[in-house]
Amino acid sequence: MQQDMAKWGMASGGVSDLALGIAQVMNATSVDDLRRLTGGASRETWMFNADGEKYVMQQVRPGHPGGLGFEPQVLMHAQLAGVPVPQMVFDGSESTALERPFMIVRAVEGETIARKILRDDEFSGARSVLASQLGAAAARTHMVLADAITGLPGPDQLTMYRNVMDELGEPHPVFEIAFRWLEQNRPPQNRRTLVHGDLRLGNIMVDSSGLTAVLDWELAHVGDPMEDLGWLCVRAWRFGGPRPVAGIGTYDELFEAYEEVSGVRPDLSAVKWWEVLGTLKWGIICIRQAATHLQGIARSHELAAIGRRVCENEYDLIEYLLEALK
Amino acid sequence: MTAPHDRPTASELVQAVREWMETDLMKGIEPRMTFHLRVAMNMLDIVDRELQLGAPMEERHAKVLQDLGVVDDVDLSQKIRNGDFDNDVTSLLTALRPVVEDKVRVANPKYLR
Repeated sequence: MQQDMAKWGMASGGVSDLALGIAQVMNATSVDDLRRLTGGASRETWMFNADGEKYVMQQVRPGHPGGLGFEPQVLMHAQLAGVPVPQMVFDGSESTALERPFMIVRAVEGETIARKILRDDEFSGARSVLASQLGAAAARTHMVLADAITGLPGPDQLTMYRNVMDELGEPHPVFEIAFRWLEQNRPPQNRRTLVHGDLRLGNIMVDSSGLTAVLDWELAHVGDPMEDLGWLCVRAWRFGGPRPVAGIGTYDELFEAYEEVSGVRPDLSAVKWWEVLGTLKWGIICIRQAATHLQGIARSHELAAIGRRVCENEYDLIEYLLEALK
Repeated sequence: MTAPHDRPTASELVQAVREWMETDLMKGIEPRMTFHLRVAMNMLDIVDRELQLGAPMEERHAKVLQDLGVVDDVDLSQKIRNGDFDNDVTSLLTALRPVVEDKVRVANPKYLR
């Protein structure tokens, strides 16, 4: 019993130590309601109140090498360019005040769950404007020039996923056809800019009036800005919705809003090239997720199930390529 | 049913577990676990469909590979990569479509257009 008490005491002590640490770095009188949300593989996400305001903290997981990478810098540049993003409050990427690197942003109200945004009555107004708002947000993201953030990587996406595919070593003839078509039909690249890298439902915050914030800048890189538009239209990110842009909007709505902000009218065939690459890329990520389970890196029935989603992407690629080859 | 095994068949066993999950287990678990349980039920549905539909699909796959003059998917992938099919990619895609549709029919039939 005493051991139990000690154990629980230590556990709650750990959290209250963290709250104390946060109060110190933020210079706040009180930090309360600190609770952990589900996070990604490399990060922990915490929510808390400080002096009555809500904040979100991202922190590198214990034992995970590396820091927050370029994300705090990217977030600040995106904000300066007018992209709706959570406001940076404290960039702790170089700080040891909370042991591991962290960053604190102001909490944004809204919903991230795709099927709610696509289907609930509450979001019917949001659905009518979201494709345009995403076009505008993408255009502003792409106003950040390639050399604005020193050292931000800009690998060739097709080469990168070719290498991932080869490492996985599973044969997928349809993916090989897609690789070949993509190599032979690269669109001319006119601009190199900041690219969000994972712009889609699930990574955006939406309220009843529409887009409130673009989240998850972890995969931001330098590249062809059309990558973001193509990824947004990949069938997996339509979550069963009938229209190409995030399941809810048309290419025209997306392109018009993009042009209005940037003066650049996206080329449909270039966006479709990125959509094909995005479909291939998601297919390869599905293989990798299942491999994570199968190789015993992280045993999980959820990861295992994703392996059977690879064929959805083969199915979509056949449809895209037959259309493109007409 | 596969001899010499008795009933329930493999498919009936899977269905029995799935029914128990849906009618009984689902009501007794914490809300945060329902998503994980749905994933598990969905996986059993895949197994059941594969047990029921798998045999002719295996034959169809073998026939398509044979018609294309390749040994297996590894061989086919390598030949595509070498450019052996560059002259008629449309025919190749058309030949592979029924195989991919079979995979989707087992994994997630609602996905088919």
